[in-house]
Formats: sequence, C-alpha cells, structure tokens
Amino acid sequence: MPVNVMIPTPLRPFVGKKSAIELNAASVGEALRALTTEYADLRKHLYTDDGKIRSFVNVYVNDEDIRYLEKENTPLKDGDTVSIVPSIAGGR
Amino acid sequence: METIAVSEIIANEIRAHGAETYPHECCGALLGVDSENSREVRALHKLVNRRDDSPRNRFSVTSDDVRDADRAAQKNGLEVIGWYHSHPDHPSLPSEYDREHAWPWYSYIIVSVMEGKPGKMASWRLTDDRLRFEPEIISPEASAAPESRVATSNLNTTSSGGSK
Repeated sequence: MPVNVMIPTPLRPFVGKKSAIELNAASVGEALRALTTEYADLRKHLYTDDGKIRSFVNVYVNDEDIRYLEKENTPLKDGDTVSIVPSIAGGR
Repeated sequence: METIAVSEIIANEIRAHGAETYPHECCGALLGVDSENSREVRALHKLVNRRDDSPRNRFSVTSDDVRDADRAAQKNGLEVIGWYHSHPDHPSLPSEYDREHAWPWYSYIIVSVMEGKPGKMASWRLTDDRLRFEPEIISPEASAAPESRVATSNLNTTSSGGSK
C-alpha cells in the first residue's frame, strides 16, 4: 500500500535530494527495506553492520514513535506518513 | 575542503555557551543556509544537554529537540545545517564516539573549553562512508582561540604597517 517516507535533510543527498518518497509497504520494516533497496547508500546511515536500526535514527508513523508501537513490525495503512527523524549525540 | 561561514558574533555565542555550561558539555543547533557552493550559519538554537548521567563528556539532543530546532529554523526561513557542542578540558577534535553517532551532511562545530575558558573552535563533516570526519574551514577566522586571534590581528597590523 502506498505510504510516504519523509527524509531528513542530512539523508537527502542519498535519495536524489528528495524530501519525501512514496513507496508500497505493509510495515515500517518493509518500508525501510524498500527504501534502502532502492537507495543502497542510505543503508549504512540507518542500520548498524548487524542490521539493527541505529540508536540515533528515530522512526515515526504519523507522529507516533515506533518504539511505543510495534517497532519495525508496526503495520502501515494507505496514506500513512513514515518520518525518519535524527537525534544527535557526541562527546569527547 | 568545505567551508562554513560563521560570524564573529555567532562564534562568540558558541564560546560563551561552552563557558556557561563548563564543566559540562553544551550543545545546540546551527541554523543557516546551504547551497551548492556555500554554507553559512545565521543563528543558533541553544539546547539543553539531555545526558544528565554523563554531561562532562557526552551530549545528547533528542528527536523532539531536533524537531524543535527544525521548526525554529523554518520560522526564520533557515534550515538546520549542523550542530555545535563543547569539549570541556579537551581539544576541539571529534572523538570516536562523535564519529559513531554522526550524521552525514551536517556540520559539527566543536569548541574546546579549557579550565572554563573557551579556546580553539573547529568544524567537521562526516564522510559519506562514515569512516572519518573531514575538517571544514571556518570563515572568517572564527576558529582561532581568543588569544591567538589577538596575535593574528597584531600580526596583520604589523604586516600592513611594514608594507607602507
């Protein structure tokens, strides 16, 4: 089913500078897999080497953090918006 | 090498924020404009370091803070072009922890704060392969520590005087 994935500014250079991408997916995991299959350079920024979503990558479905839903198994319906939102960390 | 324009006023605001939160790390968003050939910081969006378990050597900006910073930027016709933080009693070099947690494209400005006094400032960008940070030139001359800026300014005066 068609959903919109919102791409944060730092990742737009890897998706042809688009801010949103429409794709077909029935779950968040499926949407992210479809996205990183089409735009392979995104993969290393979203996933760790062992295939987990990086800790500073936050995913929302219509403004709801998937950590409080069903994480990557969160189901999607027609017209849902999936947003990738950065969090920032660092230190000496 | 990439360049980021930071006015003296904004550079001093970053330094002051680093001194204010010492010995803890400060952090904030760089709001500005980015184009094919140039990047300029126009304003700062100061943030609270959310790492209250280890604020002397870590900083954290939540996704809600990031969205707030995005909204603040958009309200002023700008975008979030990067982030700044301080390294208390440590050089302005990115750590391995900085690299592991960095995003591409953003500029990361780090100001060193030694014994409460802000010093050298440097800007960095993560390479697209995530393997390292590349230094970014801060213009105009905002990167030097306050002491060395005075020395540079004296040097320039002497130099221009000598050419007369």
